[in-house]
Amino acid sequence: MNILVCIKQVPDMGGRFAPNTFGTWFEDAGLVFRMNDCDEYAVEEAVRLKEQLGGTPDVTVLSIGPARVVETIRKALAMGCDRGVHVDDPSASERDPWQISSMIAGHAMSRQYDLIFTGMQSEDRGSAQVGVLVAERLGISCVTGTIGFGWRDGIVTAERELEGGLRGMMRLTAPALLTCQQGLNTPRYPTLPNIMKSKKKEVAVLRPEEVGLDGSLSSVAGFRTHEHKAAGLVLKGDSGDIADQVVALLDSKTTVLRRGGVR
Amino acid sequence: MRALLVGECRAGRLAEEISELSGFAVALGAEASMLLVGSLDDLPSFEGRLYFADSREYGAYNPEAHKRLVMEVVGRERPDAVVFLHSSYGWDLAPRVAAAMNAAQVSGVTGIDGGGYTVDSCNGKMKRTVSPLTPNVVLTLQSGAFSSPKLSGVLEVVRIDADPGSKVEFLGCTQPEEVVDLSRARVIVSAGRGIGKQEHVDLVRELAAALGGEVGASRPVVDAGWLERSRQIGITGQSVAPELYVACGISGAIQHVAGMKGSGFILAVNTDQDAPIAEVADVFVVADLVQFLPALTARIKARHGGSF
Repeated sequence: MNILVCIKQVPDMGGRFAPNTFGTWFEDAGLVFRMNDCDEYAVEEAVRLKEQLGGTPDVTVLSIGPARVVETIRKALAMGCDRGVHVDDPSASERDPWQISSMIAGHAMSRQYDLIFTGMQSEDRGSAQVGVLVAERLGISCVTGTIGFGWRDGIVTAERELEGGLRGMMRLTAPALLTCQQGLNTPRYPTLPNIMKSKKKEVAVLRPEEVGLDGSLSSVAGFRTHEHKAAGLVLKGDSGDIADQVVALLDSKTTVLRRGGVR
Repeated sequence: MRALLVGECRAGRLAEEISELSGFAVALGAEASMLLVGSLDDLPSFEGRLYFADSREYGAYNPEAHKRLVMEVVGRERPDAVVFLHSSYGWDLAPRVAAAMNAAQVSGVTGIDGGGYTVDSCNGKMKRTVSPLTPNVVLTLQSGAFSSPKLSGVLEVVRIDADPGSKVEFLGCTQPEEVVDLSRARVIVSAGRGIGKQEHVDLVRELAAALGGEVGASRPVVDAGWLERSRQIGITGQSVAPELYVACGISGAIQHVAGMKGSGFILAVNTDQDAPIAEVADVFVVADLVQFLPALTARIKARHGGSF
C-alpha cells in the first residue's frame, strides 16, 4: 500500500509581511517558516494509518518550493513518513493552484497511490483548491475538510465538517484523496531518536518540468497590507496600569461591573 | 457579463447567505441566473431563471452529481463567471467545476478590483488581487463581503437533470453534542490559540468567574481539547452577542469573528497588535495575558469584595 502526503511550508502568521518588488507575494526576509497547520493533520493521519496496519504502507511526503522546504519535509519524516520528494521550485510562490496541482498530479500519476492526504487549505493563500484539483486530475474520489477517518480493506469512511457543528459521514473506495482539517487528530511531536532516524531517510529532488508543470490560469498583483479598521483604543505598557484603565473603561462603557446590574 | 450563481442548502434548509450571491452579481453588473439543488418548498427570492434539481434525487452532499448539474447549466447559459459561497459546499464543489471548465478559480473573494478579484491572504493580515487569464472564471465569495440587494422580480423555475451517480456514498449527518447556551450570557471571556498552553485556561476561567460570565473558546482551543466543543464560538459553533466579550489570545479569524462581532463591548488581549481582531475590538490590550489577566481579575474581585 502506498500513501502520499502533500505538505506546504508557510511563514508563521504572527510575522510581519512585506510585499516583494513585483507586489505578487511577500519577501522571505524576517519570516520564520514551518509546516502549514492543516498539513500536520494530514501527516499525522497517514502515519497513524501506517501504524494501524503494522507498518506496511509506504508513506511518501511531497513538498514544492525553494531549498528551505526540505526542513519541513524532514519534520514530516521525523513524524514517521518514509521518504521525501522535493520539487525544487524557487518560483513556487508565483504559481497558482492549478500549476501546483499539475506538479503533484504529475508525480502521483504513475505511482499508484492508494491514498493521498493534503491539508484542506494553506494559511497564507487559503484557496482550498489544490487537493481537489489533484483528485480531479487523477480522476479519484475526494473528500474535503476531513475531521474523521477510518480505513478497512480499501474502504474509507470519512467525516467532513459542515457549518453549525454538523458532521457529514461518507463512505468511499480507494484510491481517494482527503483534504484534512483541524479536529482530525492531534499531531505528534517528533522524538529525538526519530529526528535522528529521519536524517538518513531519502529525499528525492525533482525539477518542476520533470513533474509536468502546467501554465498558469491566473495572475496576482497588489499584494498589500489589509488595512483593518484600528481598534477603538490600544493600551500598552505595565499590566497593572492597563488593568486599572480597563476597569475604568468597563465602568464608563458597560454595566457589567455593577452588582446585579441591568442590561 | 453573465454570472451563474450556485445556491445551496444546509441541513435541508436554504442557506441564508444565498442573497449575497445576488449582491455580488449586482456589484459586478452581471446578468445572473441561479442553480439550486434543493426543495421546491423552499425557494430563494431571486429575479430571473432558477435552474432547479431536487435534493431528494441528487443528495445533500453529492459533489459528482452536483458538478454534472452545474456543467449542464454552464452548457445552456454560457456564463462568464460561476459563483459559489466560500462554504463547505462551495469550496468543495468549485474546484471540481473549475477543472471541468478549464477555468481559473479565485477563492474567498471579498471585492472586485478592475478585471480581478480581491482576496485575503496570510490569515487576513494581507490581501491581493487575483485576475483570471482564462475566458471564464469560477469564484467563491467570502461570507459577509457582499450585501444583499432588494429583489422583487419574478422567478422562472427550470428543472434540469443529470446522472445522479456517485463513487462517494453519503451516510448522513450527525448533530453536534449538547450545547452550553452562551447566547444569553451577559459576559463571555474567550480563549484562543494565543493563550499558549492548557494551564492558561484557568486564567480565563478566573476572569470569567470574577465578571459573573461564561467561558467561550475559539476553534483551535476546542480541537486541542482544552475546552469543551460546546463552548466554541464562530461559524462552526455558536453565535453570541453579550454586553462584554473578552477575546484572550484570539487572532480574529473570519470564522470566529462572524460569531461574536455583534457583542456590545469587545476587549481584545493579544501580543500581536496586527491581529485582525483589532478590526472589531473597542479596546485592544497589547500584553502578555499571563500577566494581564490576573491583574484585571484581582481588580475586579477587589471591587466586589472577593465575590460577585
